[in-house]
Amino acid sequence: MDQFTINLIFVGSSFALYFGIAIWARAGSTKEFYVAGGGVHPVLNGMATAADWMSAASFISMAGLIAAGGYANSTFLMGWTGGYVLLAMLLAPYLRKFGKFTVPDFIGDRFYSKTARLVAVACLIIASVTYVIGQMTGAGVAFSRFLEVDNDTGLVIAAIVVFFYAVLGGMKGITYTQVAQYVVLIIAYTIPAVFISMQLTDTLIPAIGLFSEHTESGIPLLQKLDEVVRELGFQDYTADVDNKLNMILFTLSLMIGTAGLPHVIIRFFTVPKVADARWSAGWALVFIALLYLTAPAVASMARLNLLTTVYPSGPTEQPIEYAERPDWVQTWETTGLIKFEDKNGDGRVQFYNDVPAFQEEATARGWAGNELDVNRDILVLANPEIANLPSWVIGLIAAGGLAAALSTAAGLLLAISSAISHDLIKGSINPNISDKGELKVARISMFVAIVVATYLGMNPPGFAAQVVALAFGIAGASLFPALMMGIFSKRVNGIGAITGMLAGLISTLVYIFLFLGWFFIPGTASFANTPDNWLFGISPLSFGAVGAVINFVVAFTVSSLTAPPPKEIQELVESVRYPQGAGGAVDH
Amino acid sequence: MSDNNNNAEKYWQANLRLILGSLVVWALASYGCAILLRPLLSGIHVGGTDLGFWFAQQGSILVFIVLTFFYAWKMNKLDEEFGLQE
Repeated sequence: MDQFTINLIFVGSSFALYFGIAIWARAGSTKEFYVAGGGVHPVLNGMATAADWMSAASFISMAGLIAAGGYANSTFLMGWTGGYVLLAMLLAPYLRKFGKFTVPDFIGDRFYSKTARLVAVACLIIASVTYVIGQMTGAGVAFSRFLEVDNDTGLVIAAIVVFFYAVLGGMKGITYTQVAQYVVLIIAYTIPAVFISMQLTDTLIPAIGLFSEHTESGIPLLQKLDEVVRELGFQDYTADVDNKLNMILFTLSLMIGTAGLPHVIIRFFTVPKVADARWSAGWALVFIALLYLTAPAVASMARLNLLTTVYPSGPTEQPIEYAERPDWVQTWETTGLIKFEDKNGDGRVQFYNDVPAFQEEATARGWAGNELDVNRDILVLANPEIANLPSWVIGLIAAGGLAAALSTAAGLLLAISSAISHDLIKGSINPNISDKGELKVARISMFVAIVVATYLGMNPPGFAAQVVALAFGIAGASLFPALMMGIFSKRVNGIGAITGMLAGLISTLVYIFLFLGWFFIPGTASFANTPDNWLFGISPLSFGAVGAVINFVVAFTVSSLTAPPPKEIQELVESVRYPQGAGGAVDH
Repeated sequence: MSDNNNNAEKYWQANLRLILGSLVVWALASYGCAILLRPLLSGIHVGGTDLGFWFAQQGSILVFIVLTFFYAWKMNKLDEEFGLQE
C-alpha cells in the first residue's frame, strides 16, 4: 500500500470518528451549546482542555523551536504549562462558581457595566481571531503535505469538518470530539519519540532518555549534543542565557496569557462543581505534560539525528556527499522546506553556523558558507522518516497534526461565537431573546466565524508570525488582570477595571507596534527590532507581563480615587469566593 | 449571621495563604531554579547537564502538576472543614 493510501485511511477514520461523536452529542439548549450542559467529568474535561490548548504550534512547531534554541527556548515549556497553576488557583474555581457562560459575562456583571463587557468582548475577539488563523493555516499545511491536495482545498475540508461538529454540537460536541482528538494526537506524538529514544539511548521513555547515556558514544546525550554543535560553530545546546530579565518576563507573559485566554477558561465552565474545576486543572496539566515532557526529548534527539545524518563520521570529519543523502531529505526538498546549495562546489553538504566567530575554522576546512537550510517546523513531521519508522507511523502523524489544529480551532470558534451571540446579541442588543432563538443565533455566529476564519486562513494578513505575541499579549495584559481583580478585590470598581484593561491593552499593543510595525504593516516599525533598542532589554514578545502590571496599577489607582462598587457587587464577589453559601448569581 | 461571616472570612484567609505558599513554590521552580539561580546550581550535575537545565525542561512542569493537585486536594478538604462544599 502506498503512503498516500495509508495517510488517507488514518485521517479518514479519525474524521469518521469525529462525525460519529458529533451526531451523538447534538446540543438541544444554549446551556448544552455553551458549556456542554455543565456535566462533563473532570478527567474528561482535563483531556478536552489539553486538546483545546495544544494547537498546531504545540504539536508541530514547539519541538523545532526548542531544537533550535536549546535551553533558551525552555521558556515555551514553562510558560505554556505554568499558566495552568495560575488558572487553577486564581481563576477557574471562582469563575465556575459564578456559573455563567462566557468570560465577558463575568466582567460585565462584576464591573456592573456594559462598557466593561464590550471591552472584554473586543479583547476576546481580537485574541481568538488572530489565534484561529494560525490553526486554519496549520490544518491547511497538514492536509496539503499528507493528502496531496492544494492548500486552499485542504483549508476548506478542515472548515467543513469543524463546521459539522461545532455547529451541530456546540460545546457538547466539541468537548467529546476533543477527547478523541487528544487520544489521537498524544499517540501520534509519543510513538515516534519512543522509537527514537530507544535508538539513541536504549531508554523506553523519551523524557528519561533525554538525561540518559547516548548508547553509541557512551557519554550523556546532552553532553554529546553540546560537543557536536560546538564543533560546527553553534552555541552550546545547554548554554545559559545572559538577558535573564527578558527570559523571566517572556515566560511570565506566556503564563498569564495562557491563564487569560478565553477558550481555555470556558472549558472549566463545563464541569459539575467547583471542586471538579480544581481537579480538572490538574488533569489538564497532566495530559498536557505527557506531550510537553516528550517535546524537549524529541527536540534534542532530532537535532542530534539531523547532525549525525549530515556528518556520519562525526563533526570533525567530512560531511556526506549530496548524491548519497537519505530519502527523507529528498522528500522534504520537494516541499522546499529543506534547501541545499553547493557553495564550494565539492558535492558535499556543509551544514554549520555561518557566523564571523566561526569564519576562520570554516575557511580552514575549505567551506564557503552554510549549504543546508532546514525549516524547523518539519522536525516533528519528518521524525518518523528520520528514524526509519514504518509508513503507518507517518499516517498517524498526519492524523495527529490535524487533530491538534482542529481541536484548538473548534475551541476558539466556540469562544468567538458565544461572545457574539451571548454577550453582544443577548447581552446588549436583544436581552429578551428566547433560549431557542439564542441557540439559533449561536449557530449562525459559529457559521460566520468559520467562514471568516477560513477566509483569513487562505489570505493570511501579513502578521501571521506575530499572532502568538498578539494573542498572548492581549489576554495577559487585559483579561487576566481584570478577572483576577474581579475575584480578589472588592474595591476595584467599574471605571477602574475599564481604564485598567484599556491601559494594559494599549500599552502592550503600542510596544509591539513600535518594533514590529504599526498594525503589523511592514516597514512602519518605529525602531529596529533588536535588543539594543528594547526598553531595559525587554523584547516586544515579553511585554505582556509589563502591560499586566500597568493594568493592575491603573485599575487600583483609579478605583481608590472613585466610589467603591455597590453593595450587591461586593456580595457577588463574596459569593464567587465560596463554593457554597451566600447565594448570589448562580442560575441553577 | 456574624458567626457565619467569621467562618467564611477564615476560609478565605486560609485559601489566600495556601495560594501564596503555592505561588512561592511555583516561582521558585520556574523563575528561581530554572532561570535566575541556574548559575548557582551549576555544580549539581544531572544527566550530562546541570540542575537548572533539568528544571527548565522537565522539573518545573513536574512541580506545576504536583502543586495543582495539592491545591485541589487541600482546598476540597477546606471546603468540607468549613462546611462550604457544594
